[in-house]
Amino acid sequence: MPTHTFILNGKRVSVDVEDDVRLLWVLRDVLGVHGPKYCCGLGVCKACTSHINGQAFAPCSVPISDIRSTDRITTIEGLPATVGKDLHPMQQAWLDVDVAQCGYCQPGQIMAAVALVKDVQAQGRTVTDADLDQLRNVCRCGTYPRIREAIKAGAANMPALTVHRVKPKAKKHKHAVRKHTA
Amino acid sequence: MLGYLIAAPTVVAAARWGEEPAAAAVPTIAPTDLYDLSDLLTQAALPTAGLLAITVNPDGTASFALPRAEVGQGITTAVAMTIADEMDLPVDKVKVTLADARPELLFNQFTGGSNSMHSIYAPVRMAAAIARGRLLAAAARELNAAPSDLEVRDGVFTAPNGKTATFGSLATKAAASRTTLVRPRLKTRAQQRIVGTPQPRIDAHDIVTGRKQFAMDLDVPDALPTMLCRPPTINGRVVGVDNLAEVAAMPGITDVVIVEHNQFVPGGVAVRGKTFGQCIDAVRALKVRWGGGSVEGKSDGSVLADLKKAELPLTPALPLGKTIDERFTFHFRPGDPLETNCAVADVRADRAEIWSSLKAPIWAREQIALSLRLPLDKVTVHVTEGGGSFGRHLFCDAAFEAALVSKKLGKPVKLMWHRTDNFRQGRVHPFVISRVRVTHSAGSVLAFDQRHTGVATDFTQGIGELLTSMDTSLPGQNFLQFSETVFTLTANVPYNFGLVTQLLNEIYAFDTFNTSSVRNVYSPEVCTATELMVDRVAAAMGKDPMRFRLEFAKDDRMRAVIQKVASVGNWGRSMPAGTAQGLAIHSEYKGRSACLVEIDCRPQTVNRAIADAHTGPRVTKVVYAVDVGLPINPLGIQAQMMGGIMDGIAQALSYSLHLKHGHFLEGSWDDAFYTRQWNTPPELQVIVMPPTTGQPGGAGEFGVGTSMAAVACAYGRATGKTPTSFPINHDDPLEFVPYPTVPPIPDSPTDGLQKAKITRVRAKKKRAHTKKKTHSKKAH
Repeated sequence: MPTHTFILNGKRVSVDVEDDVRLLWVLRDVLGVHGPKYCCGLGVCKACTSHINGQAFAPCSVPISDIRSTDRITTIEGLPATVGKDLHPMQQAWLDVDVAQCGYCQPGQIMAAVALVKDVQAQGRTVTDADLDQLRNVCRCGTYPRIREAIKAGAANMPALTVHRVKPKAKKHKHAVRKHTA
Repeated sequence: MLGYLIAAPTVVAAARWGEEPAAAAVPTIAPTDLYDLSDLLTQAALPTAGLLAITVNPDGTASFALPRAEVGQGITTAVAMTIADEMDLPVDKVKVTLADARPELLFNQFTGGSNSMHSIYAPVRMAAAIARGRLLAAAARELNAAPSDLEVRDGVFTAPNGKTATFGSLATKAAASRTTLVRPRLKTRAQQRIVGTPQPRIDAHDIVTGRKQFAMDLDVPDALPTMLCRPPTINGRVVGVDNLAEVAAMPGITDVVIVEHNQFVPGGVAVRGKTFGQCIDAVRALKVRWGGGSVEGKSDGSVLADLKKAELPLTPALPLGKTIDERFTFHFRPGDPLETNCAVADVRADRAEIWSSLKAPIWAREQIALSLRLPLDKVTVHVTEGGGSFGRHLFCDAAFEAALVSKKLGKPVKLMWHRTDNFRQGRVHPFVISRVRVTHSAGSVLAFDQRHTGVATDFTQGIGELLTSMDTSLPGQNFLQFSETVFTLTANVPYNFGLVTQLLNEIYAFDTFNTSSVRNVYSPEVCTATELMVDRVAAAMGKDPMRFRLEFAKDDRMRAVIQKVASVGNWGRSMPAGTAQGLAIHSEYKGRSACLVEIDCRPQTVNRAIADAHTGPRVTKVVYAVDVGLPINPLGIQAQMMGGIMDGIAQALSYSLHLKHGHFLEGSWDDAFYTRQWNTPPELQVIVMPPTTGQPGGAGEFGVGTSMAAVACAYGRATGKTPTSFPINHDDPLEFVPYPTVPPIPDSPTDGLQKAKITRVRAKKKRAHTKKKTHSKKAH
């Protein structure tokens, strides 16, 4: 069985799993990282939204074989560390606005929001209603208006565009190397 | 039948029950004015209220295992606030968890009818006051002071001499902290410091950090991912499997087993494996021969024809007055939460343990014990927090399935439905037609007749335990005992409209379609049909819709919410052609609500282009006022109304299921057009009215019907034509290409990086199978 290596929330991990298993299941079922949620597995609902090298993507739609050893995957669990704090400003904004209801979609919403704001910042502008209309993440509880409010508030507190580099550790298997054993 | 349910230990329940009028014979006095579903559920819960206990811990916290489900409605926060207030603790020192199934609670562990706060507020306060009273007595002894001389704040007693004692230090000294027969002194409303103030959710931090655990996040040893291959038509049954051994040998797969259909489990072929991804592949690879389902050959058109045949006749027309007569059609709508149906089960020869988000956990435990032939005390049912419900979790479909599959395999399972199955085989809001005839004369409404005819709503969850469930499952009893009762105890016309007659009829058996009490049950249709007719009558009388509602509203509470939305929402302001305001009101759950909507139906808005999206008319503004009697957490109530409004917008404009040849066509959130960001109103204001009754009413479902009706009324006024079929886009050409039904679930996509616009210079390895385009979208 092939071994796949990548950087997950700042730590290098290796997993033995078949090439075509989608990353979402590698995260959830093999590595036990449960922040990214399953909701459709079709790349539609965006509940599993995470970041690859800082860009938002849907792990349910990426075979693990597409992931390279240098890829930095960030899930909601690793988001605060990208700003070196206990909470990312977007998470804090979510708390300030009390966005969540059931909370199932919210990790994905926050990850999508952070990526959106970074995109918009990279274009040298602030978030507009038209930008918010492009967000595809489903929230069946209907927290959309508070999400819009929180993104605007969170964006104001997000650091200006910075590039986070995580150097792969020299000692390759020091961190959380888990083997697919079942 | 319901009489014996509540006649149990309390005289009160029986006496109150006797007050119910025999029929809606008195003009404008509806049964719901005297006794409604909230009363019924609360009285059913009352006899076991004394079994709820609050524990004070040595660390100074208080803990309470809540016998209700938390599915996003914020009940754990509202209960924590209530306990904190009564005990003089900070909210973060109150730990509310969800109780395991406790059959001794009878009807008091059932989450439905937006009744939780109404039923549990008084008992919880009572238990909290008793705990506080015991602590106070212990503190008085400890501090050598009279109880009346002690000050208490934030979990600390302070004596006049300045000495203090914390709740934590007194926890063990206060001894047997179990409820006994004492009469506690409850705080007056003026003494309450937390109830009525906006409080953020107690689980908000866990949510935003990804730590909140749902059933599929639990780490139960050896509970491997499990999915079912489900039939191509609703409730189709397995005849045989041609390649069982082949699929069992697929990568990662540990087990494949046929699950026979029964009343509680629709059946299919279960696969268990190392990852859900591999289960999806295995489900798709199965070659199953299927028998016809319970609705074979049925389509929207045939169901509509059956409904029309079953419509009860209207009351003979009055000799005086003009009539306005209209029939409204409401198509099937999904009841899907974000979290699909799921449960973990570990069934062994001599015991069983289940984890799932359950609104009727007692029923789950009793039914599972019965099905597995295990003694009740050998079955444990844990209630997990749910990723939404909207009616889905009144039933225990996934828990029953998981228990059965685990028993068959002799192994623990983590069973989850695929989203496409959740839409196509999951429980839905029934297809309904609602005919209304209004008779008016000389500026008065003389009569209001409503004939509501729907596909059966499955109520066999009973009041959340085995006895009412079994009783309801008997032939004809679902309708007689529950449908009619729930309709009678919820349907109402909040106007002085003379002789009001609202009658229900339902077709098919409760299990022909998979239905349930989807959020707000009958009210979205009852309210929408009523409010559209109110606009018609107002127009016929030459009256402004808002003035008409103010004039005919039954009570001051209702007039207050109408006036509030009219003034905040600037009712009657001039708007461009193709846009309009709409207004609707509704009374339920011991509350009153009014909703003002502005909608934009101009072509440039309707046809705005967003990829793979239904755009359509856009609700641009919503002002919603709600009087829940006594608001516990205004911030949470605003959230519930907001959610109800998003639901109402969707149900009026775009969210439905198309039934064709015995199956539903929708298979993802890009097919079933629930409200998305591009449909969200840019302006939204929810006003929680000040307390009016001193009793908390319901909130979880209260936003749906009123907002759906207001959107429909606004659409009618913007387009100049009363909409009569919902959602309004249902009869348009399909805006999506349906997924195939065989295999029942689509392939997992492989284009995640491309969609994220991440280009790889060189592929690491060429994949064996490339993406098959099975689900292309039509261009707009």
